[in-house]
Amino acid sequence: MSGADLSKTSGPSLAKAAPHEGLERVPGVPKPDPILVADSVRRTFGGLTAVDVDHVEIQRGTITALIGPNGAGKTTFFNLLTGFDKPDSGRWTFDGQDLAGLAAHKVARRGMVRTFQLTKSLARLSVIENLKLGGTGQRGENFFRGLFKPIWGAQEAEIEARADELLVRFKLDHMRDEFAGSLSGGQRKLLEMARALMVQPQMVMLDEPMAGVNPALTQSLLGHVKSLREDGMTVLFVEHDMDVVHDISDWVVVMGEGRVIAEGTPRDISADPAVIDAYLGSHHDAPLSAEEEEQVLAEVEEAIAGEEAG
Amino acid sequence: MLLALLALDLAGAAPAGAQAEGEEPAHSVRGILIDKKQTRERTDDVPVEGAEITVSTAGGEEIGTATSDAEGAWEVEVPGPGRYTVELDPDSLPDGVGVAGDRNELELDVNPNQRRLIQFDLGARTRDVTTTFDRFLQLGFTGIRFGLIIAITAVGLSLIFGTTGLTNFAHGEMVTFGGIMAWYANVDWGLHFIPSVLIAVAAGAGGAAAMEIGVWRKLRRRGVSLLAMMVVSIGLSIVLRYGFQLIFGASPRVYAAYQGQDPIEAGPVNIAPRDLWSIGLIIVVLLAVAFVLQRTKIGKAMRAVSDNRDLAASSGIDVDRVILFVWVLGGGLAALGGVLFALNERISFNSGFGLLLLMFAGITLGGLGTAYGALVGSFIIGLFIQISTLDPFPAVPPNLKNVGALVVLILVLLVRPQGILGRAERVG
Amino acid sequence: MDWELILENGGKALVGTDAVVFALAAIGLNVHFGYTGLVNFGQVAFLAMGAYGVAMGVITFGLSFWLAVFLGLFAAVILAVLLGLPTLRLRSDYLAIVTIAAGEIVRLVLRSASLRSSTGGSDGLQAFADPFFDINPLPTGGTALGPIHLGDGGYGFWIWTFGPNTTWVLIVGWGLVGLTSLMVWALMRSPWGRVVKSIREDEDAVRSLGKNVNWYKMQSLILGGVIGALGGVIFAISRQSVQPDNYSTALTFFAYTALILGGTARIFGPIVGSMLFWSLLSFTDVTLRQAVVNDKIPGDFLTGTRVGIIRFMLVGAGLVLLMVFRPQGIFGDKKEVAIGERG
Repeated sequence: MSGADLSKTSGPSLAKAAPHEGLERVPGVPKPDPILVADSVRRTFGGLTAVDVDHVEIQRGTITALIGPNGAGKTTFFNLLTGFDKPDSGRWTFDGQDLAGLAAHKVARRGMVRTFQLTKSLARLSVIENLKLGGTGQRGENFFRGLFKPIWGAQEAEIEARADELLVRFKLDHMRDEFAGSLSGGQRKLLEMARALMVQPQMVMLDEPMAGVNPALTQSLLGHVKSLREDGMTVLFVEHDMDVVHDISDWVVVMGEGRVIAEGTPRDISADPAVIDAYLGSHHDAPLSAEEEEQVLAEVEEAIAGEEAG
Repeated sequence: MLLALLALDLAGAAPAGAQAEGEEPAHSVRGILIDKKQTRERTDDVPVEGAEITVSTAGGEEIGTATSDAEGAWEVEVPGPGRYTVELDPDSLPDGVGVAGDRNELELDVNPNQRRLIQFDLGARTRDVTTTFDRFLQLGFTGIRFGLIIAITAVGLSLIFGTTGLTNFAHGEMVTFGGIMAWYANVDWGLHFIPSVLIAVAAGAGGAAAMEIGVWRKLRRRGVSLLAMMVVSIGLSIVLRYGFQLIFGASPRVYAAYQGQDPIEAGPVNIAPRDLWSIGLIIVVLLAVAFVLQRTKIGKAMRAVSDNRDLAASSGIDVDRVILFVWVLGGGLAALGGVLFALNERISFNSGFGLLLLMFAGITLGGLGTAYGALVGSFIIGLFIQISTLDPFPAVPPNLKNVGALVVLILVLLVRPQGILGRAERVG
Repeated sequence: MDWELILENGGKALVGTDAVVFALAAIGLNVHFGYTGLVNFGQVAFLAMGAYGVAMGVITFGLSFWLAVFLGLFAAVILAVLLGLPTLRLRSDYLAIVTIAAGEIVRLVLRSASLRSSTGGSDGLQAFADPFFDINPLPTGGTALGPIHLGDGGYGFWIWTFGPNTTWVLIVGWGLVGLTSLMVWALMRSPWGRVVKSIREDEDAVRSLGKNVNWYKMQSLILGGVIGALGGVIFAISRQSVQPDNYSTALTFFAYTALILGGTARIFGPIVGSMLFWSLLSFTDVTLRQAVVNDKIPGDFLTGTRVGIIRFMLVGAGLVLLMVFRPQGIFGDKKEVAIGERG
């Protein structure tokens, strides 16, 4: 349950030093000490296959990047792993426990906590309350015990102290009593990461942690992600920016059209022809001009027709 | 089969009541019972004499009885305005004549200084002469008509939900609005029924456009949450519904046209020509809507907006224009549905609200936000409601038949929350 | 114009039985809508559970009065579970749709002629609350100290003087308002309240932190429903009768209007809102009727029925205007709402 304990999670020291050394650069390659192992995970929407992952392993105590063009199924894969969506088929284990079919909140309690692409700060709660929500095993979260403060007051003070420490670490302490809704986009990303740490997870799943973040904050966010690894946590994150991926990740998993198409170190990946193909063959994210409306409409129509047929 | 009706056109001249001699009572319930012998010819009409009618308060306290006279007329004086129950004793009717659907007990409101006219649908004693299967077919036909009416009103609700995310609780009032406008045009202004329908549809479309431009677009611009908009829509629904009651009155009304049509016999099923026309019209309109959705530029834009509003906007689609079009379309369809509903039943200030709950049931059954799902779901709900009253089976009492549909709604959510044609939503 | 009468009625409505009943209904809605973000459009069904629980418990099932009260509250729990199970895991529209339908179902079933022997049909049930009035400790006969009445035909102060039975209902009713508000306050400052309020903001975020969101929503639905049922109990007792048509969907939206008037997600919001709501309603009602009596408005335009209809329209319009222009209520802070919309 409570996880960020170095002795328990660091694994063999050799693996920690260079866990990916000597691994073959092929999709689904086995890792020396995987924390997450997924097998034959499939999810379809109507007739479209969003995710079709045969086998993937995530090495414990490392930062793994999950990249791929838009529509590659990264977020859907995240949703499946964390219980926010149900797969058509497939199994995966986390730290040896079977997680398939488990509800999202139970996944979080097993020590795998996620963040979201569009930040989900609790706007009309203060920053400190946002963090305190993350505390696990709170006695006062039971309806009847909640009625009586003496039962939960002491625990609340402990949680608040821990939350305050995290606020200092993430440099949000000056916003402690402000509504979370008044934070900037980057601050919300920080808040969300800090809140996830309140759960004391073994593994953190970050969905585009840098999206929409002011460049001035990017470096500090990257620093925080690296510090998670130093604390013994495993990080899996979705990212588009290859510079970011190069900077912080130990290993990169590339998805395309729902499948894992390549794996390797950041350096290998930038040279992989399959990856380059996947990116060039896809749409870029730039908004389309008005003249392209007809074309977009035709595509939407095709997609709808496909779903209706399926 | 026999059809006997109280002829509305005779009502104004109704001279002979049971108490017609001397002073007319200030408050009364009255009617004329006529067996029309399946034909339109006045000469075939046979007044039903000797039928016994009892009037009680809504509390069950008996007020008075009357026996219909040689002209079929009867009248019972009541103490004042209020709600009363009127019961026609089926055993007092001549052999072979019965009350349609065994609806021999009716509830009604008498307004101040009103001599309230009431109509019993006299028909063949169905229980004696028809088989269960025949009744199944008859209910099935009624169900198809009712299902199509729910469907035509629900498509707009579903499209509005799809493009704006708003569950519009005032949609029922758009239906009522159409029904009422057609009544004013047809009865009050004395227009022919067909131009009345056109006026009602135009008014419905215009009213919906006014609501979109005057209210919803402004709220969207202010960034008001969908939750808050839902509450606003319920407030609007209350204002409109009671506004209709203020202007239109509390009692249900019927159109001047196409009442008391002689049915066409199709095997065991009796079909009024107006119902055939309604069904045909709805099918044509729904096909046209499907064509618009599938083939025209605006229809594709509508689907693009419901699929992904931000993407559609960034692709250069004028989202506000598309949404306005959806409201206009939805308002027009709702108004048409209201008119056709009222043509067969009656129109009152709260007709639409009752239908709204059935539309919700249909849309949920079909899948929230899918136009075709709304069609299929509503159709099934309408059919289900009618068939569920079929006699020998665990028949739902007719006054509770809508409850059955709402129970279905809850069961569907338990088993298949995305509905028949819906798809699960993506998180994050 | 009899301004004294108008003001007296408006003043009395501040604390009258309607204000109590709707305060309880609105406290329940506040738990649902204000704190948890659940859109319950069928609060009236929960009131009906409480009211008919008492009435049918005593008359139909022959239970003792106090047992019947528990039956009513228990029925509210069952209703909450029935409505919550299919809808709470879905997006919020579904709960709104199912609850508004449930409100109508309950009313239609209660007034159905087929169940007349149990529910009394459209007439409802009468005279079941005698044990409640039997234990009324207020003696008849007493004294008056200036404007203060102590049993000389009534209890209270100045215009707020009520008969002994009404006073007893009001004491118990406002007592319940106080107790339930205290309970809501204690809960909302606790970690339980933090989870619930977080669900209002973003339930997926709460899920991602390991909280069983659906279970908390269910608890909230039950709590607010039971508080609403208490309102129904008081409603039934105060009239010594239940009638199905008193439980129409409009009642739910009266309670919503009262809640939003006073301010959502505040302990005193629903209480102050309900008092003001009934006072304003009584004020406009009596003013309009007075205007008719005194020929300020032609009587043939504004009959008694029409005043009733206009009252409904005013409530609907009030709900719209409040939601659009003052969603934070008349005392609320605009800042909080602005943040809610942005976030």
